[in-house]
Amino acid sequence: MNLPDAEKLFEALVARLSGHVTQDTAIVGIVTGGAWLAERLHRALGVKTPLGVLDPSFYRDDFSKAGLHHQVKPSQIPFEVEGRGVLLVDDVLFTGRTVRGAMNELFDYGRPARIELAVLVDRGGRELPVAAQYVGASFEVPPGQVLVLDRGPSGGLSLTLSDRRRIRATQGTSQSTGGR
Amino acid sequence: MPRNPQLNEKGALQHLLTIEGLPREVLVHILDTASSFINVAEREVKKVPLLRGKSVFNLFFEASTRTRTTFEIAAKRLSADVINLNIATSSQTKGETLLDTVDNLSAMHADMFVVRHVTSGAPHLIARHVGTHAHVINAGDGRHAHPTQGLLDSYTIRHYKRDFTRLAVAIVGDVLHSRVARSLIHALTTLGAPDVRVIGPKTLLPAGVEQLGVRVFHDMRSGLRDCDVIVMLRVQNERMKGALLPSEQEFFKSFGLTPERLALAKADAIVMHPGPMNRGVEIDSAVADGAQAVILPQVTFGIAVRMAVMSILAGN
Repeated sequence: MNLPDAEKLFEALVARLSGHVTQDTAIVGIVTGGAWLAERLHRALGVKTPLGVLDPSFYRDDFSKAGLHHQVKPSQIPFEVEGRGVLLVDDVLFTGRTVRGAMNELFDYGRPARIELAVLVDRGGRELPVAAQYVGASFEVPPGQVLVLDRGPSGGLSLTLSDRRRIRATQGTSQSTGGR
Repeated sequence: MPRNPQLNEKGALQHLLTIEGLPREVLVHILDTASSFINVAEREVKKVPLLRGKSVFNLFFEASTRTRTTFEIAAKRLSADVINLNIATSSQTKGETLLDTVDNLSAMHADMFVVRHVTSGAPHLIARHVGTHAHVINAGDGRHAHPTQGLLDSYTIRHYKRDFTRLAVAIVGDVLHSRVARSLIHALTTLGAPDVRVIGPKTLLPAGVEQLGVRVFHDMRSGLRDCDVIVMLRVQNERMKGALLPSEQEFFKSFGLTPERLALAKADAIVMHPGPMNRGVEIDSAVADGAQAVILPQVTFGIAVRMAVMSILAGN
């Protein structure tokens, strides 16, 4: 299948967010792809609140099956969560399980006033009642395939399709597995 | 060759019994995971749900309030249920064997055992017995090993010095009786530290210690020169009786870490101690409370390192 240009999707996402995001919005990216996007959005939208990063590995619901194999990155939330509006950012929205984990982790920092979700791609296939408020594009991806966000040396983003087995082997490189 | 008893059939870490023989990647994975747990302690809710619903049994056949407490805190921050067994007042004193005790606890659906024992090899025995039905962490066995201490010492060194491959590390004191020293030596040589030294009187250094890849010194003046890290070991009071040491004062005179001796090491050298410290025996208060001491951060890092070990084992 033909995949859209990730940079075009990024522009579309910025356009949807502008007017909704202020200097004081708190942006939190989910590692790895969501954190790359969040970094770009933070700059493009002129947000002043320092950027947050979450690695919800410690909150995953498949821990007892999958364990803690790939490298976990430290979560960093450099602002007060209590009473704040938070924009959560991920690259691909699929089952909704990663977002569930990220929200649980966020609540362990405090009680946010509201959480909204922005994603580059909504690929359908939800297993939980999770929805994104801001979406770059929505399209179906065949089951068993994984959408992978890559970041080039100059910071440019691109999308590729891959099957699950290859992903396991490449975890920890400059690729993001795009939602499980 | 028999399989490493710490690894399961997939080659993943099932038990943590000793650092000796573990691949470098396993150690680095533990240290990296620990760094993700550091800031959990600074949050509003100091817990993650990883070990929710799991039961961790602390089996301390040898008294140790501090180590037991740090394991307990680590397990609780992972949301596990922690059961502390006070062995001195339990069935063992009624004649039950070690493995019968373990079988009984396994029947209560224990997921993990944290074991400290005066006898070297006791945690191995338990690990072989439980196989893949539970995980065993060695919290110190006899003179043999104290792997989580070796890992937290490595974590502390990496935190302050970043790169192991240029470091000179001196381990000072009673190496002979020290499982802490043995575990740290294995960790440092595995992680690539090129210059590991042990310093102590002949009576307190094990014969053939050079074979572990360390240099041996019998005086502080030459041993501490240009060190990046100094690890002071606790002088165990009971050794004084065994004629291995003349007296505490005598030991301090030759091997105590004073500000003057610390000045022989690099200006930015750090001073570590596994605790509990004997001020005026192995370490001068001016050093223990000085700017180069990182003894309290070691304790803080120790919780994160134990959380990392527990969560990696539980996931395998």
